[in-house]
Amino acid sequence: MAVGEVMRMEVPTGGDLTVSSPDLHVLAVDDSIVDRKVIERLLRISSCKVTTVESGTRALQYLGLDGNTGASDLKDLKVNLIVTDYSMPGLTGYDLLKKIKESSTFREIPVVIMSSENILTRIEQCLKEGAEDFLLKPVKLADVKRIKQLIMRNEAEDHKTLSHSNKRKLGEDVDASPSSSSSSSSHDDSSVKDFPSSKRMKSESDIFSPFI
Amino acid sequence: MDTLVAQLQRQFRDYTISLYHQLFWYVKGFLDDQFTELKKLQDECSPDFVAEVVSLFFEDCEKLIGNMARALDQTGNVDFSLVGSSVHQLKGSSSSVGAKRVKGLCVTFKECCDSQNFEGCVRCLQQVDIEYKSLKAKLQDLFNLEQQIVQAGGRIPQVDI
Repeated sequence: MAVGEVMRMEVPTGGDLTVSSPDLHVLAVDDSIVDRKVIERLLRISSCKVTTVESGTRALQYLGLDGNTGASDLKDLKVNLIVTDYSMPGLTGYDLLKKIKESSTFREIPVVIMSSENILTRIEQCLKEGAEDFLLKPVKLADVKRIKQLIMRNEAEDHKTLSHSNKRKLGEDVDASPSSSSSSSSHDDSSVKDFPSSKRMKSESDIFSPFI
Repeated sequence: MDTLVAQLQRQFRDYTISLYHQLFWYVKGFLDDQFTELKKLQDECSPDFVAEVVSLFFEDCEKLIGNMARALDQTGNVDFSLVGSSVHQLKGSSSSVGAKRVKGLCVTFKECCDSQNFEGCVRCLQQVDIEYKSLKAKLQDLFNLEQQIVQAGGRIPQVDI
C-alpha cells in the first residue's frame, strides 16, 4: 500500500476500474451535531464519501495516528481530504492540523479548517501550518464545491508532476507512462514524491528539498 | 375561484417571506439566507433534510440552554466562561441553520458573559429560550403547510427571498 497515496480509483461492484470520476473520501471533524449533519450533506451532495467524527481525538483514532490500527488503514477507507472545525474542546482543529502535518504517513492529506470567526491571525496561522484552505462558517454548497475542485485539480497536477519528476530524477524502474496513474502506488519511498498542494503555502526551496 | 392547492401555496409563500423579512425596523426576520442554503441540500433522496437538521438544532438548544441555566444557578459561584462556551456553541449551530434571531441574541448574550453581567445573562437566557421555541412553532407551521400542499396534490413552491 502506498505511503500517503491520496488519489484512489473507486472500483464499482461490477469490478471494472472506472477512471472517469474517483470519489473523494472526506473525514469531517466537528463537535457540533448540527454542523456535522450539514457538512455531511454538503459533501454527499457534492459526490464525496463522508465519515464524520466528533473530535480531533476521534479523528486521530480513525486515521490510526494514535498508535493503533485506524479504520482508514483499510484500503477502501483511505482518506483524501480532512475538513475540520477550528474551535473544539480538547484537541482543536489547529492541533489536529499540526499532528497530521507532522505525520509522514498523513502529511500529504489536504486539511481544510472551518471557523465561525473571521480572525486574520487565526487564518494565517492555519495556512502557515499547511492548511489547504480556510472556510468561514456557516459553510455553503459553493464553498464545498470550490474545495472539491481545488483538491481534484491539485491531485491531477500532482500525478502529472510525479510522473515527470520520476522520469527526471530516477530514470529507472519507474512506470511513468501517462496511462498508469497508479504509478505512485508502486513506490513506498516518499522522498521522491512531489509535494501536494498544501506545501504551496511553504517557500519555494522547501518544495525541492527531500522529506526528512 | 382559487383551488385549495393555490390557496395553500399562496399561504406558504407569504408565510415563508414573513419569516425572512423585517416587517418593522425593530422586528428582525426569523430566518436568514443560511436557511435557503439548507433548502438547496434537500431533494428526492433527502426529502426531510431541513426538518431533520432543525430538529437537531432544537434539541441542541434545549441541551445548551439547560447547561446555561445550571451554570447560572450556582449563586455566588457562576462560571461565566462555562456559560460563554455554551453560548458560543449555540451561536454556531443557530448560524448553521439560519436561525437569525437566536444567533443575534447569542451575540448580546456572549457580551454579558464576557463582562460577567449576571442579570444580563439571565435576561438573555430567558429571551433565547422564548426565541427558539417561537421559531420551532413557526417552522412547524411551515412544515405543516408543506404537508397540506402535498396532500392536496400540489407542489411546494420555490420562494425567492
